[in-house]
Amino acid sequence: MNADAAVTHKRSTLPWPMQLAVPVASLITFGTHLLIAQKAPPLETRSYMLLFWEIVGVSIVLAIAQRFWPALRKWMRHIWPIFTAAILLIGVWDVITAGLHLLPLPYFPGPAVILRSLISDRALLFDSTWHSLVLLLSGYILGVIVGLISGVCIGWSSSVRYWGMPVLKVVGPIPATAWIPLAMVVAPSSTVSAVGLIALAVWFPVTMLTASGISNTRASYLDVARTLGAGPFYLIFRVAIPAAVPNIFIGLFMGLGASFLTLVVAESVGVKSGLGWYLSWAQGWAEYGKVFAALIIMAGFFSTVMTLLFKLRDRVLVWQKGIIKW
Amino acid sequence: MITNIVAASGVRVHEIYKSFPVPDAPGTSRLALGGISFSIAAGELVSLVGPSGCGKSTLLRLVAGLDFPDTGELLVGEERIVGPSAERGLVFQDPNLFPWLTVRRNIEAGLVARGVLREKRSEVDEFMRLVALEAFANAYPHHLSGGMAQRVALARALINHPKVLLLDEPLGALDAFTRMRMQDEVLCLWENRRTTMLLVTHDIDESIYMSDRILIMTQAPGQIDREIDIDLARPRDRTSDSFLRFRSEILEHLHFAGKAADLPA
Repeated sequence: MNADAAVTHKRSTLPWPMQLAVPVASLITFGTHLLIAQKAPPLETRSYMLLFWEIVGVSIVLAIAQRFWPALRKWMRHIWPIFTAAILLIGVWDVITAGLHLLPLPYFPGPAVILRSLISDRALLFDSTWHSLVLLLSGYILGVIVGLISGVCIGWSSSVRYWGMPVLKVVGPIPATAWIPLAMVVAPSSTVSAVGLIALAVWFPVTMLTASGISNTRASYLDVARTLGAGPFYLIFRVAIPAAVPNIFIGLFMGLGASFLTLVVAESVGVKSGLGWYLSWAQGWAEYGKVFAALIIMAGFFSTVMTLLFKLRDRVLVWQKGIIKW
Repeated sequence: MITNIVAASGVRVHEIYKSFPVPDAPGTSRLALGGISFSIAAGELVSLVGPSGCGKSTLLRLVAGLDFPDTGELLVGEERIVGPSAERGLVFQDPNLFPWLTVRRNIEAGLVARGVLREKRSEVDEFMRLVALEAFANAYPHHLSGGMAQRVALARALINHPKVLLLDEPLGALDAFTRMRMQDEVLCLWENRRTTMLLVTHDIDESIYMSDRILIMTQAPGQIDREIDIDLARPRDRTSDSFLRFRSEILEHLHFAGKAADLPA
């Protein structure tokens, strides 16, 4: 009976400790900050304070709303412990840096300084993110298109495989960033060279995985299709390519990782915009608050792009069972 | 019910030899089929039985046009077989449904491949009904049971109205009860459509229950050893004396009857 009651209770609302976890964690973290700020040189903490009051306010509203909204409750039950830990971690960071000075300044500023950099440089950060997004997408899409075409050709035709595979095996493993010296000489502008480098970084894994997916298409699928009257077009586009899609997505993920790396390097050495450029520019002025701000934006930006690709894959591969969750 | 009976065609197999290279010994080859000849009348249901490795599936692939004989002649009606064609449907033991297509799209596949989906779209519904899978139209193959998947595979092959249907142990992976029910379903399809069928099977009961004629093959190289006409009226009774007589005749021929006495102690 007790167990029953507990289950019913759990269904209708979140347990109290979980409801209060986020506001309490916020108060602890911000309280710690106030203690530190008393000893340290005067810091501008208004934005930091506002952030925490907002978190406290929103989390209390959500704690009330979840009583009437089961979907929200399910989401909170899943995410709240992590969110609480993240807030406490900010407090720990504050203690280590601004509080006890365990890490050397100015390389490791406290969270309030980072937040201030985020806010004061928001226009430039937004502009940099936008430029990075445009550059990333142009390079990625170009690399994927070329990679899919070359991968399908190498995977399907044995004569293309004979001539194409050695090129792929020799040229492919060179990191795209190693081409930077040449790319800068050859390309008419640094943006063009960056797009080309990102495309090259994406092209190799996409080609490799597409080719192996196509050439490993189950022979019996092709046999069945032939006895159903299929011609080469159907065999390639309706059998081999769909059968290779799980492999192709692995290539797309590997390519995406490579494209992030290439983007940041290309922006910090050639292109005069974007998050990579912002990062090295902030480093040049020893403004490490801004460096961390850029890192935070990159984390959000890249993981969002990655999540979108996972969502796309889940949609395309509904026919597969046991899909890995991101 | 689909009543439009497509003109079925007979199959003639004449002096077929087929060998495969031996993977362990380069340069040598093993004779898989050693001079096979038989013919199937239009609308006839013929079974091919024999020990595993006797080349039954190889023979079926040759008739399907997926592989070519070293020498010999293969004819469907009056035409030589030069490659795969929608006129010769093939169903494997593994249903080999395209896992990325729903049940409905799997059944449509032949129409799409031949570029006639638009004209023949209405037939898709008829075939879904024929194999009783309307409720699963939008399910993906991994949601289907073995028997359901094989019904989809049959419908997918039949939608092209093949003149010959080649069945490579199509019921071999099913449990005994599903298998017997599916035997009746395949017979029902055959009786409605009178498609010429060539059925490869391991199951002697299945071959007696279903076919007009049984071809027994021997191993290494594969040859037709014996032909048995099953002149029983359908539906056949699996426990009748005449059924069991055919059974023991085939088992004896394959040296499986009363073999216990010959086994070393």
